[in-house]
Amino acid sequence: MSFEPVLTKNVGHPEAVTLEGYVARGGYESLKKAFGMKPAELVQLVKDSGLRGRGGAGFPAGTKWGFLPQEHPGPIYMVVNFDESEPGTFKDRYIADNDPHQIIEGVIVSSYATRASGAFIFIRGEFLAQAKIMEKAIQEAYKGGYLGKNIQGSGYDLECVLHRGAGAYVCGEETAMLEALEGKRGWPRTKPPFPAVEGAFGKPTVINNVETLCCVPHIINKGATWFTGLGTEKSSGMKLYGISGHVNNPGVYELPMGIPCNELIEKYGGGMRGGKKVKAVIPGGVSTGVLTADELDCPMDFEGPIGRGCLGLGTAGLMVMNEQTCMVTVLRNIVRFFAHESCGQCTPCREGAQWMYRILNRIIEGEGTIEDVNTLLELAETQGALPGKTICGLADGTAWAVKTIITKFRSEFDAMVTDNVAIGN
Amino acid sequence: MTWESIDRLTPIDQPAETLLDEAFRKDILDRAAKYPAKRAALLPALHAAQEKLGPLSDQVMVEIAELLAISPADVLDTATFYDMFTREERGRHLIGVCESLSCELCGCNELLDALTEKLGITPGQTSNDKRFSLVTMQCIGACDFAPAMLIDGELHKTVSVEHLDEILRKYT
Repeated sequence: MSFEPVLTKNVGHPEAVTLEGYVARGGYESLKKAFGMKPAELVQLVKDSGLRGRGGAGFPAGTKWGFLPQEHPGPIYMVVNFDESEPGTFKDRYIADNDPHQIIEGVIVSSYATRASGAFIFIRGEFLAQAKIMEKAIQEAYKGGYLGKNIQGSGYDLECVLHRGAGAYVCGEETAMLEALEGKRGWPRTKPPFPAVEGAFGKPTVINNVETLCCVPHIINKGATWFTGLGTEKSSGMKLYGISGHVNNPGVYELPMGIPCNELIEKYGGGMRGGKKVKAVIPGGVSTGVLTADELDCPMDFEGPIGRGCLGLGTAGLMVMNEQTCMVTVLRNIVRFFAHESCGQCTPCREGAQWMYRILNRIIEGEGTIEDVNTLLELAETQGALPGKTICGLADGTAWAVKTIITKFRSEFDAMVTDNVAIGN
Repeated sequence: MTWESIDRLTPIDQPAETLLDEAFRKDILDRAAKYPAKRAALLPALHAAQEKLGPLSDQVMVEIAELLAISPADVLDTATFYDMFTREERGRHLIGVCESLSCELCGCNELLDALTEKLGITPGQTSNDKRFSLVTMQCIGACDFAPAMLIDGELHKTVSVEHLDEILRKYT
Protein backbone atom coordinates (compact mmCIF):
# COMPACT_ATOMS: atom_id res chain seq x y z
CA MET A 1 0.00 0.00 0.00
CA SER A 2 1.46 3.33 -0.97
CA PHE A 3 1.43 6.02 1.66
CA GLU A 4 0.29 9.50 0.84
CA PRO A 5 1.80 12.17 3.09
CA VAL A 6 -0.62 14.48 4.86
CA LEU A 7 1.49 16.47 7.34
CA THR A 8 3.91 17.45 4.59
CA LYS A 9 1.49 17.62 1.67
CA ASN A 10 1.98 21.38 1.37
CA VAL A 11 5.77 21.14 1.21
CA GLY A 12 6.82 22.32 -2.23
CA HIS A 13 3.78 24.58 -2.47
CA PRO A 14 5.13 27.87 -1.13
CA GLU A 15 1.74 29.55 -1.62
CA ALA A 16 0.38 27.40 1.25
CA VAL A 17 2.27 29.58 3.72
CA THR A 18 -0.43 32.22 3.27
CA LEU A 19 -3.99 31.81 4.51
CA GLU A 20 -5.38 32.07 0.99
CA GLY A 21 -3.01 29.46 -0.39
CA TYR A 22 -3.62 27.16 2.55
CA VAL A 23 -7.40 27.31 2.15
CA ALA A 24 -7.05 26.75 -1.60
CA ARG A 25 -5.21 23.53 -0.85
CA GLY A 26 -7.96 22.26 1.41
CA GLY A 27 -6.91 23.96 4.61
CA TYR A 28 -9.27 24.70 7.52
CA GLU A 29 -11.69 22.06 6.20
CA SER A 30 -11.63 20.16 9.50
CA LEU A 31 -13.12 23.15 11.32
CA LYS A 32 -16.52 22.76 9.68
CA LYS A 33 -16.67 19.11 10.64
CA ALA A 34 -15.30 19.75 14.14
CA PHE A 35 -17.78 22.52 14.92
CA GLY A 36 -20.57 20.14 13.92
CA MET A 37 -19.47 17.79 16.69
CA LYS A 38 -19.51 18.09 20.46
CA PRO A 39 -16.11 18.55 22.17
CA ALA A 40 -16.57 15.22 23.97
CA GLU A 41 -17.10 13.49 20.62
CA LEU A 42 -13.84 14.93 19.34
CA VAL A 43 -11.98 13.74 22.44
CA GLN A 44 -13.44 10.28 21.83
CA LEU A 45 -12.40 10.43 18.18
CA VAL A 46 -8.81 11.23 19.15
CA LYS A 47 -8.91 8.43 21.75
CA ASP A 48 -10.17 6.03 19.08
CA SER A 49 -7.40 7.07 16.71
CA GLY A 50 -4.77 6.00 19.26
CA LEU A 51 -2.86 9.25 18.62
CA ARG A 52 0.15 9.37 20.92
CA GLY A 53 2.17 12.49 21.74
CA ARG A 54 4.82 13.31 19.14
CA GLY A 55 6.97 15.45 21.46
CA GLY A 56 8.92 12.58 22.97
CA ALA A 57 6.92 10.84 25.67
CA GLY A 58 4.33 9.16 23.44
CA PHE A 59 1.50 9.64 25.91
CA PRO A 60 -1.97 9.05 24.37
CA ALA A 61 -3.31 12.49 23.45
CA GLY A 62 -6.99 11.66 23.94
CA THR A 63 -6.31 10.29 27.42
CA LYS A 64 -4.40 13.46 28.28
CA TRP A 65 -7.36 15.56 27.17
CA GLY A 66 -9.63 13.37 29.26
CA PHE A 67 -7.77 14.39 32.43
CA LEU A 68 -9.21 17.91 32.20
CA PRO A 69 -11.93 18.45 34.81
CA GLN A 70 -15.45 18.20 33.42
CA GLU A 71 -17.80 21.12 34.01
CA HIS A 72 -14.92 23.42 34.98
CA PRO A 73 -16.43 26.87 35.55
CA GLY A 74 -13.34 28.98 34.72
CA PRO A 75 -11.10 29.15 31.69
CA ILE A 76 -9.12 26.22 30.31
CA TYR A 77 -5.88 26.87 28.43
CA MET A 78 -4.12 25.14 25.57
CA VAL A 79 -0.33 25.44 25.56
CA VAL A 80 1.41 24.41 22.37
CA ASN A 81 4.85 22.98 22.89
CA PHE A 82 6.95 24.44 20.09
CA ASP A 83 10.11 24.50 22.19
CA GLU A 84 11.73 21.82 20.01
CA SER A 85 15.12 21.81 21.72
CA GLU A 86 15.95 18.11 21.85
CA PRO A 87 19.22 17.74 19.91
CA GLY A 88 18.49 15.98 16.63
CA THR A 89 14.96 17.35 16.31
CA PHE A 90 13.77 19.81 13.68
CA LYS A 91 10.38 18.48 12.54
CA ASP A 92 8.22 21.21 14.07
CA ARG A 93 10.47 23.88 12.58
CA TYR A 94 9.91 22.15 9.24
CA ILE A 95 6.13 22.37 9.62
CA ALA A 96 6.28 26.08 10.54
CA ASP A 97 8.62 26.83 7.64
CA ASN A 98 6.34 25.17 5.11
CA ASP A 99 2.84 25.13 6.54
CA PRO A 100 2.21 27.44 9.52
CA HIS A 101 -1.57 27.41 9.11
CA GLN A 102 -1.62 23.65 9.57
CA ILE A 103 -0.37 24.30 13.12
CA ILE A 104 -3.04 26.92 13.72
CA GLU A 105 -5.77 24.65 12.39
CA GLY A 106 -4.57 21.91 14.76
CA VAL A 107 -4.58 24.38 17.63
CA ILE A 108 -8.12 25.56 16.87
CA VAL A 109 -9.77 22.14 16.62
CA SER A 110 -7.83 20.80 19.61
CA SER A 111 -8.69 23.85 21.70
CA TYR A 112 -12.35 23.42 20.75
CA ALA A 113 -12.19 19.74 21.71
CA THR A 114 -10.68 20.58 25.09
CA ARG A 115 -12.99 23.61 25.56
CA ALA A 116 -9.98 25.90 25.87
CA SER A 117 -10.58 29.63 25.51
CA GLY A 118 -6.95 30.66 25.17
CA ALA A 119 -4.06 29.07 23.29
CA PHE A 120 -0.44 29.96 23.95
CA ILE A 121 2.07 28.80 21.35
CA PHE A 122 5.40 28.54 23.15
CA ILE A 123 8.13 28.72 20.52
CA ARG A 124 11.82 28.47 21.37
CA GLY A 125 13.68 31.78 21.28
CA GLU A 126 16.22 30.67 18.69
CA PHE A 127 13.44 30.11 16.13
CA LEU A 128 13.25 33.79 15.28
CA ALA A 129 12.42 33.23 11.61
CA GLN A 130 9.71 30.72 12.52
CA ALA A 131 8.29 33.09 15.16
CA LYS A 132 7.86 35.70 12.44
CA ILE A 133 6.14 33.18 10.15
CA MET A 134 3.82 32.07 12.95
CA GLU A 135 3.03 35.63 14.04
CA LYS A 136 2.05 36.51 10.48
CA ALA A 137 -0.09 33.38 10.17
CA ILE A 138 -1.85 34.16 13.47
CA GLN A 139 -2.63 37.70 12.26
CA GLU A 140 -4.01 36.30 9.00
CA ALA A 141 -6.12 33.78 10.90
CA TYR A 142 -7.58 36.55 13.08
CA LYS A 143 -8.41 38.61 10.00
CA GLY A 144 -9.93 35.62 8.25
CA GLY A 145 -12.18 34.86 11.21
CA TYR A 146 -10.39 31.66 12.20
CA LEU A 147 -9.30 33.07 15.55
CA GLY A 148 -10.98 35.50 17.92
CA LYS A 149 -14.70 35.73 18.59
CA ASN A 150 -17.29 33.46 17.01
CA ILE A 151 -14.90 31.53 14.77
CA GLN A 152 -16.50 30.93 11.34
CA GLY A 153 -19.92 31.58 12.85
CA SER A 154 -19.65 28.63 15.22
CA GLY A 155 -20.11 30.61 18.41
CA TYR A 156 -16.73 29.36 19.63
CA ASP A 157 -14.17 31.97 20.80
CA LEU A 158 -10.42 31.39 20.91
CA GLU A 159 -7.60 33.82 21.57
CA CYS A 160 -4.14 32.77 20.42
CA VAL A 161 -0.83 34.24 21.59
CA LEU A 162 2.66 33.41 20.36
CA HIS A 163 5.14 33.35 23.25
CA ARG A 164 8.88 33.25 22.59
CA GLY A 165 11.21 31.36 24.91
CA ALA A 166 14.71 32.61 25.52
CA GLY A 167 17.12 29.72 25.23
CA ALA A 168 16.56 27.01 27.82
CA TYR A 169 16.15 23.35 26.84
CA VAL A 170 14.38 22.55 30.10
CA CYS A 171 11.41 24.70 29.02
CA GLY A 172 10.38 21.83 26.76
CA GLU A 173 9.36 20.09 30.00
CA GLU A 174 5.73 21.03 30.26
CA THR A 175 5.67 22.58 33.71
CA ALA A 176 8.93 24.49 33.10
CA MET A 177 7.21 25.81 29.99
CA LEU A 178 4.31 27.05 32.11
CA GLU A 179 6.73 28.86 34.41
CA ALA A 180 8.44 30.50 31.42
CA LEU A 181 5.03 31.44 30.05
CA GLU A 182 4.18 33.09 33.35
CA GLY A 183 7.37 35.16 33.22
CA LYS A 184 9.48 33.13 35.62
CA ARG A 185 12.66 31.08 35.37
CA GLY A 186 12.02 27.75 33.70
CA TRP A 187 12.04 25.53 36.75
CA PRO A 188 9.91 22.39 36.41
CA ARG A 189 7.14 22.15 38.99
CA THR A 190 6.66 19.26 41.34
CA LYS A 191 3.66 17.15 40.38
CA PRO A 192 0.91 16.75 41.41
CA PRO A 193 -0.92 18.96 40.74
CA PHE A 194 -0.69 18.03 37.08
CA PRO A 195 -1.25 20.75 34.47
CA ALA A 196 -4.63 19.27 33.53
CA VAL A 197 -5.82 20.29 37.00
CA GLU A 198 -3.62 23.30 37.74
CA GLY A 199 -1.51 24.49 34.84
CA ALA A 200 -0.97 27.87 33.21
CA PHE A 201 -2.00 30.72 35.50
CA GLY A 202 -3.39 28.17 37.94
CA LYS A 203 -6.05 26.96 35.49
CA PRO A 204 -6.59 23.54 33.91
CA THR A 205 -4.22 23.33 30.98
CA VAL A 206 -3.55 20.90 28.19
CA ILE A 207 -0.07 20.90 26.68
CA ASN A 208 0.59 19.23 23.33
CA ASN A 209 3.44 19.11 20.87
CA VAL A 210 3.08 20.87 17.51
CA GLU A 211 3.15 17.67 15.43
CA THR A 212 0.58 16.01 17.71
CA LEU A 213 -1.83 18.89 17.19
CA CYS A 214 -1.19 18.84 13.43
CA CYS A 215 -2.39 15.23 13.33
CA VAL A 216 -5.80 16.14 14.77
CA PRO A 217 -7.32 17.94 11.73
CA HIS A 218 -6.35 14.98 9.52
CA ILE A 219 -7.98 12.55 11.97
CA ILE A 220 -11.13 14.68 11.89
CA ASN A 221 -11.10 14.81 8.07
CA LYS A 222 -10.26 11.17 7.41
CA GLY A 223 -11.48 9.37 10.50
CA ALA A 224 -9.96 7.38 13.33
CA THR A 225 -9.98 4.17 11.31
CA TRP A 226 -7.83 5.74 8.60
CA PHE A 227 -5.32 6.74 11.30
CA THR A 228 -5.22 3.36 13.01
CA GLY A 229 -4.79 1.81 9.56
CA LEU A 230 -1.41 3.51 9.38
CA GLY A 231 1.54 2.49 11.48
CA THR A 232 1.53 -0.32 13.99
CA GLU A 233 -0.97 -1.57 16.52
CA LYS A 234 0.35 0.44 19.47
CA SER A 235 1.80 3.31 17.42
CA SER A 236 -0.85 4.42 14.98
CA GLY A 237 -0.58 7.03 12.29
CA MET A 238 2.14 8.77 10.38
CA LYS A 239 5.24 10.33 11.84
CA LEU A 240 7.73 12.97 10.87
CA TYR A 241 11.18 11.42 11.04
CA GLY A 242 14.20 13.70 11.13
CA ILE A 243 17.51 12.30 9.95
CA SER A 244 20.85 14.01 10.53
CA GLY A 245 24.50 13.16 11.03
CA HIS A 246 26.64 11.15 8.62
CA VAL A 247 23.97 10.55 5.96
CA ASN A 248 23.76 11.82 2.40
CA ASN A 249 20.32 13.41 2.61
CA PRO A 250 19.57 14.78 6.07
CA GLY A 251 16.01 16.05 6.36
CA VAL A 252 12.42 15.43 7.47
CA TYR A 253 10.51 12.47 6.05
CA GLU A 254 6.85 11.65 6.70
CA LEU A 255 6.16 7.93 6.89
CA PRO A 256 3.82 5.52 8.64
CA MET A 257 5.01 4.61 12.13
CA GLY A 258 7.17 1.55 12.46
CA ILE A 259 9.46 1.84 9.45
CA PRO A 260 12.70 -0.02 10.21
CA CYS A 261 15.67 2.14 11.14
CA ASN A 262 17.91 0.83 8.33
CA GLU A 263 15.24 1.49 5.70
CA LEU A 264 14.94 5.07 6.92
CA ILE A 265 18.68 5.58 6.61
CA GLU A 266 19.11 3.84 3.26
CA LYS A 267 15.94 4.73 1.41
CA TYR A 268 15.25 8.21 2.77
CA GLY A 269 18.48 9.42 4.36
CA GLY A 270 20.24 8.52 1.11
CA GLY A 271 22.61 6.09 2.79
CA MET A 272 25.86 6.86 4.52
CA ARG A 273 28.11 9.65 3.34
CA GLY A 274 31.27 8.35 1.67
CA GLY A 275 29.88 4.81 1.58
CA LYS A 276 30.94 4.21 5.17
CA LYS A 277 29.22 1.79 7.53
CA VAL A 278 26.82 2.75 10.31
CA LYS A 279 28.22 2.44 13.80
CA ALA A 280 25.39 3.81 15.90
CA VAL A 281 22.06 5.60 15.63
CA ILE A 282 20.35 7.77 18.22
CA PRO A 283 16.65 7.03 17.63
CA GLY A 284 14.99 10.25 18.71
CA GLY A 285 17.07 12.95 20.32
CA VAL A 286 20.08 12.55 22.58
CA SER A 287 17.94 11.62 25.61
CA THR A 288 16.87 8.34 24.11
CA GLY A 289 20.11 6.34 24.13
CA VAL A 290 21.64 4.59 21.17
CA LEU A 291 21.07 1.72 18.74
CA THR A 292 24.05 -0.26 17.47
CA ALA A 293 24.72 -1.39 13.90
CA ASP A 294 23.29 -4.81 14.84
CA GLU A 295 20.00 -3.28 15.96
CA LEU A 296 19.10 -1.39 12.79
CA ASP A 297 16.17 -3.67 12.04
CA CYS A 298 14.50 -1.80 14.90
CA PRO A 299 10.99 -0.63 13.93
CA MET A 300 10.82 3.10 14.54
CA ASP A 301 7.61 3.12 16.53
CA PHE A 302 7.10 3.82 20.23
CA GLU A 303 7.95 0.23 21.20
CA GLY A 304 10.91 -0.59 18.94
CA PRO A 305 13.70 1.41 20.61
CA ILE A 306 12.44 0.47 24.11
CA GLY A 307 12.86 -3.19 23.18
CA ARG A 308 16.50 -2.46 22.40
CA GLY A 309 17.43 -0.79 25.66
CA CYS A 310 16.61 2.78 24.70
CA LEU A 311 14.46 5.21 26.65
CA GLY A 312 12.00 5.35 23.76
CA LEU A 313 11.34 6.68 20.29
CA GLY A 314 11.64 10.21 21.65
CA THR A 315 11.11 12.79 18.95
CA ALA A 316 12.10 10.42 16.12
CA GLY A 317 15.00 12.70 15.29
CA LEU A 318 17.61 10.15 14.23
CA MET A 319 21.29 11.01 14.54
CA VAL A 320 23.39 8.66 12.47
CA MET A 321 27.07 8.00 13.18
CA ASN A 322 29.54 6.26 10.89
CA GLU A 323 32.14 3.63 11.75
CA GLN A 324 34.86 6.23 12.39
CA THR A 325 32.97 7.93 15.18
CA CYS A 326 34.49 7.82 18.67
CA MET A 327 31.66 6.96 21.05
CA VAL A 328 33.47 8.42 24.06
CA THR A 329 33.53 11.79 22.32
CA VAL A 330 29.88 11.38 21.36
CA LEU A 331 28.97 10.74 24.99
CA ARG A 332 30.97 13.75 26.11
CA ASN A 333 29.05 15.93 23.67
CA ILE A 334 25.73 14.64 25.01
CA VAL A 335 26.69 14.97 28.68
CA ARG A 336 28.04 18.48 28.09
CA PHE A 337 24.62 19.36 26.71
CA PHE A 338 22.80 18.10 29.79
CA ALA A 339 25.32 19.66 32.16
CA HIS A 340 24.74 22.99 30.43
CA GLU A 341 20.96 22.67 30.36
CA SER A 342 20.31 21.39 33.89
CA CYS A 343 18.11 24.02 35.52
CA GLY A 344 19.91 23.55 38.82
CA GLN A 345 16.95 22.67 41.03
CA CYS A 346 17.78 19.04 41.82
CA THR A 347 21.20 18.05 43.11
CA PRO A 348 21.55 14.68 41.29
CA CYS A 349 21.05 16.40 37.95
CA ARG A 350 22.93 19.64 38.61
CA GLU A 351 25.98 18.03 40.20
CA GLY A 352 25.74 14.66 38.50
CA ALA A 353 25.89 15.92 34.94
CA GLN A 354 28.82 18.23 35.72
CA TRP A 355 30.62 15.39 37.45
CA MET A 356 30.08 13.05 34.50
CA TYR A 357 31.30 15.74 32.11
CA ARG A 358 34.51 16.16 34.11
CA ILE A 359 35.06 12.39 34.16
CA LEU A 360 34.59 12.15 30.39
CA ASN A 361 37.02 15.01 29.82
CA ARG A 362 39.52 13.20 32.00
CA ILE A 363 39.08 9.98 30.04
CA ILE A 364 39.48 11.74 26.69
CA GLU A 365 42.58 13.55 27.93
CA GLY A 366 44.13 10.17 28.65
CA GLU A 367 43.90 10.40 32.45
CA GLY A 368 40.93 8.06 32.92
CA THR A 369 40.76 4.76 34.76
CA ILE A 370 38.44 1.76 34.62
CA GLU A 371 37.05 3.05 37.91
CA ASP A 372 35.98 6.26 36.12
CA VAL A 373 33.90 4.28 33.63
CA ASN A 374 32.22 2.43 36.49
CA THR A 375 31.56 5.71 38.29
CA LEU A 376 29.80 7.00 35.19
CA LEU A 377 27.50 3.99 35.21
CA GLU A 378 26.88 4.30 38.93
CA LEU A 379 25.99 7.99 38.57
CA ALA A 380 23.66 7.19 35.69
CA GLU A 381 21.80 4.69 37.86
CA THR A 382 21.11 7.33 40.50
CA GLN A 383 19.90 10.07 38.12
CA GLY A 384 16.51 11.08 37.00
CA ALA A 385 12.80 11.05 37.57
CA LEU A 386 12.40 7.35 36.78
CA PRO A 387 14.41 6.27 39.83
CA GLY A 388 12.56 9.06 41.65
CA LYS A 389 15.53 11.33 42.31
CA THR A 390 14.60 14.47 40.40
CA ILE A 391 11.59 16.65 39.65
CA CYS A 392 11.71 16.29 35.88
CA GLY A 393 13.08 13.89 33.30
CA LEU A 394 16.06 15.94 32.13
CA ALA A 395 18.47 13.81 34.15
CA ASP A 396 16.89 10.65 32.73
CA GLY A 397 18.14 11.82 29.36
CA THR A 398 21.68 12.06 30.71
CA ALA A 399 21.36 8.72 32.43
CA TRP A 400 20.02 6.90 29.41
CA ALA A 401 22.72 8.24 27.12
CA VAL A 402 25.43 7.23 29.58
CA LYS A 403 23.95 3.80 30.31
CA THR A 404 23.28 2.72 26.74
CA ILE A 405 26.42 4.15 25.16
CA ILE A 406 28.75 2.66 27.78
CA THR A 407 26.97 -0.68 27.90
CA LYS A 408 26.79 -1.06 24.14
CA PHE A 409 30.27 0.32 23.40
CA ARG A 410 32.11 -0.67 26.57
CA SER A 411 35.22 -1.81 24.69
CA GLU A 412 35.84 1.71 23.36
CA PHE A 413 35.80 3.15 26.85
CA ASP A 414 38.06 0.40 28.17
CA ALA A 415 40.48 0.86 25.28
CA MET A 416 40.71 4.55 25.98
CA VAL A 417 41.36 4.22 29.71
CA THR A 418 43.80 1.31 29.45
CA ASP A 419 45.72 2.00 26.24
CA ASN A 420 44.70 5.58 25.55
CA VAL A 421 43.41 4.51 22.15
CA ALA A 422 40.62 6.47 20.53
CA ILE A 423 38.48 4.66 17.99
CA GLY A 424 38.00 6.47 14.76
CA ASN A 425 39.78 9.77 15.22
CA MET B 1 37.01 42.09 51.05
CA THR B 2 34.66 45.02 51.36
CA TRP B 3 30.92 45.04 51.67
CA GLU B 4 28.80 47.24 49.56
CA SER B 5 25.96 48.59 51.65
CA ILE B 6 22.97 50.73 50.88
CA ASP B 7 21.34 53.03 53.36
CA ARG B 8 17.74 52.22 52.63
CA LEU B 9 16.37 55.22 54.54
CA THR B 10 17.83 57.75 52.13
CA PRO B 11 15.93 57.88 48.87
CA ILE B 12 18.00 56.74 45.89
CA ASP B 13 18.53 59.38 43.23
CA GLN B 14 16.08 58.85 40.44
CA PRO B 15 17.71 58.74 37.01
CA ALA B 16 17.12 61.92 35.05
CA GLU B 17 15.31 60.17 32.24
CA THR B 18 13.79 56.77 31.69
CA LEU B 19 15.26 54.35 29.19
CA LEU B 20 12.00 52.87 28.02
CA ASP B 21 9.94 55.31 26.01
CA GLU B 22 6.16 55.63 25.93
CA ALA B 23 5.70 53.60 22.75
CA PHE B 24 7.71 50.74 24.24
CA ARG B 25 5.70 50.82 27.46
CA LYS B 26 2.43 50.86 25.62
CA ASP B 27 3.52 47.97 23.45
CA ILE B 28 4.47 45.86 26.49
CA LEU B 29 1.28 46.71 28.36
CA ASP B 30 -0.77 45.80 25.27
CA ARG B 31 1.04 42.48 25.17
CA ALA B 32 0.50 41.97 28.89
CA ALA B 33 -3.25 42.48 28.37
CA LYS B 34 -3.32 39.32 26.23
CA TYR B 35 -2.34 37.19 29.22
CA PRO B 36 -4.33 36.47 32.39
CA ALA B 37 -1.42 37.85 34.46
CA LYS B 38 0.72 40.90 33.74
CA ARG B 39 3.99 39.20 34.64
CA ALA B 40 3.58 36.85 31.67
CA ALA B 41 4.78 39.71 29.48
CA LEU B 42 8.20 39.55 31.14
CA LEU B 43 9.96 37.41 28.53
CA PRO B 44 8.51 39.48 25.66
CA ALA B 45 9.55 42.66 27.50
CA LEU B 46 13.10 41.43 28.04
CA HIS B 47 13.39 40.36 24.39
CA ALA B 48 12.15 43.73 23.22
CA ALA B 49 14.34 45.70 25.62
CA GLN B 50 17.47 43.81 24.66
CA GLU B 51 16.73 44.20 20.97
CA LYS B 52 16.22 47.93 21.36
CA LEU B 53 18.76 48.91 24.00
CA GLY B 54 21.34 46.13 24.07
CA PRO B 55 22.49 44.30 27.20
CA LEU B 56 20.01 44.42 30.06
CA SER B 57 21.13 47.13 32.45
CA ASP B 58 19.99 47.46 36.06
CA GLN B 59 17.90 50.48 35.18
CA VAL B 60 16.11 48.74 32.32
CA MET B 61 15.23 45.87 34.63
CA VAL B 62 13.96 48.23 37.33
CA GLU B 63 11.78 49.99 34.75
CA ILE B 64 10.41 46.71 33.43
CA ALA B 65 9.69 45.64 37.00
CA GLU B 66 7.69 48.79 37.61
CA LEU B 67 5.85 48.39 34.33
CA LEU B 68 4.77 44.84 35.15
CA ALA B 69 4.25 45.49 38.88
CA ILE B 70 6.82 42.95 40.09
CA SER B 71 10.03 43.37 42.04
CA PRO B 72 13.32 44.14 40.27
CA ALA B 73 14.74 41.00 41.89
CA ASP B 74 12.11 38.92 40.09
CA VAL B 75 13.13 40.45 36.78
CA LEU B 76 16.81 39.75 37.49
CA ASP B 77 15.97 36.21 38.59
CA THR B 78 14.14 35.47 35.37
CA ALA B 79 16.51 37.30 33.03
CA THR B 80 19.63 35.55 34.27
CA PHE B 81 18.10 32.10 33.83
CA TYR B 82 17.88 32.28 30.05
CA ASP B 83 20.83 31.98 27.68
CA MET B 84 19.50 34.50 25.20
CA PHE B 85 19.41 37.38 27.67
CA THR B 86 22.70 39.06 28.42
CA ARG B 87 23.94 41.60 30.93
CA GLU B 88 27.30 41.96 29.22
CA GLU B 89 28.34 44.24 26.39
CA ARG B 90 28.61 42.34 23.15
CA GLY B 91 29.98 43.10 19.72
CA ARG B 92 27.80 44.47 16.93
CA HIS B 93 27.15 40.96 15.65
CA LEU B 94 26.65 37.79 17.62
CA ILE B 95 27.93 34.57 16.06
CA GLY B 96 26.42 31.47 17.63
CA VAL B 97 27.92 28.19 16.51
CA CYS B 98 25.83 25.13 17.29
CA GLU B 99 27.90 22.51 19.07
CA SER B 100 25.32 19.79 19.48
CA LEU B 101 25.92 16.25 18.34
CA SER B 102 24.91 16.42 14.67
CA CYS B 103 26.88 19.62 14.22
CA GLU B 104 29.90 18.12 15.98
CA LEU B 105 29.66 15.02 13.76
CA CYS B 106 29.60 17.29 10.72
CA GLY B 107 32.48 19.53 11.74
CA CYS B 108 31.49 22.37 14.09
CA ASN B 109 34.80 22.08 15.93
CA GLU B 110 36.72 22.87 12.73
CA LEU B 111 34.38 25.81 12.25
CA LEU B 112 35.03 27.09 15.76
CA ASP B 113 38.79 26.73 15.34
CA ALA B 114 38.67 28.66 12.07
CA LEU B 115 36.56 31.44 13.63
CA THR B 116 38.93 31.66 16.57
CA GLU B 117 41.83 32.02 14.17
CA LYS B 118 40.11 34.59 11.95
CA LEU B 119 38.66 36.75 14.71
CA GLY B 120 41.28 36.21 17.39
CA ILE B 121 38.62 35.33 19.98
CA THR B 122 37.46 32.17 21.69
CA PRO B 123 33.81 31.42 22.51
CA GLY B 124 32.55 33.87 25.11
CA GLN B 125 34.78 36.71 23.87
CA THR B 126 34.29 39.86 21.80
CA SER B 127 36.73 41.04 19.13
CA ASN B 128 38.79 44.16 19.88
CA ASP B 129 37.03 46.15 17.17
CA LYS B 130 33.68 45.20 18.79
CA ARG B 131 32.53 43.77 15.47
CA PHE B 132 31.86 40.22 16.59
CA SER B 133 31.09 38.26 19.72
CA LEU B 134 31.43 34.50 19.48
CA VAL B 135 29.39 32.01 21.49
CA THR B 136 28.68 28.31 21.26
CA MET B 137 25.03 27.28 21.25
CA GLN B 138 23.18 24.17 22.26
CA CYS B 139 21.14 22.50 19.51
CA ILE B 140 19.48 25.20 17.40
CA GLY B 141 17.10 22.79 15.67
CA ALA B 142 18.89 22.86 12.35
CA CYS B 143 20.54 19.42 12.42
CA ASP B 144 19.52 18.86 8.78
CA PHE B 145 21.85 21.73 7.93
CA ALA B 146 24.76 20.72 10.17
CA PRO B 147 27.09 22.33 10.89
CA ALA B 148 24.85 25.33 11.42
CA MET B 149 25.36 28.74 12.94
CA LEU B 150 23.28 31.77 13.73
CA ILE B 151 24.51 35.31 13.16
CA ASP B 152 22.19 37.87 14.74
CA GLY B 153 19.45 35.27 14.60
CA GLU B 154 19.93 34.51 10.90
CA LEU B 155 20.56 30.85 10.14
CA HIS B 156 23.58 29.87 8.08
CA LYS B 157 23.26 26.34 6.78
CA THR B 158 25.85 23.61 6.21
CA VAL B 159 28.70 26.03 6.75
CA SER B 160 32.19 24.99 5.77
CA VAL B 161 35.41 26.71 6.71
CA GLU B 162 35.82 27.90 3.09
CA HIS B 163 32.48 29.75 3.30
CA LEU B 164 33.35 31.72 6.41
CA ASP B 165 35.05 34.75 4.83
CA GLU B 166 32.18 35.28 2.45
CA ILE B 167 29.58 34.94 5.21
CA LEU B 168 31.36 37.25 7.63
CA ARG B 169 31.85 39.95 4.98
CA LYS B 170 28.11 40.69 5.18
CA TYR B 171 28.36 41.78 8.78
CA THR B 172 30.24 45.05 9.21
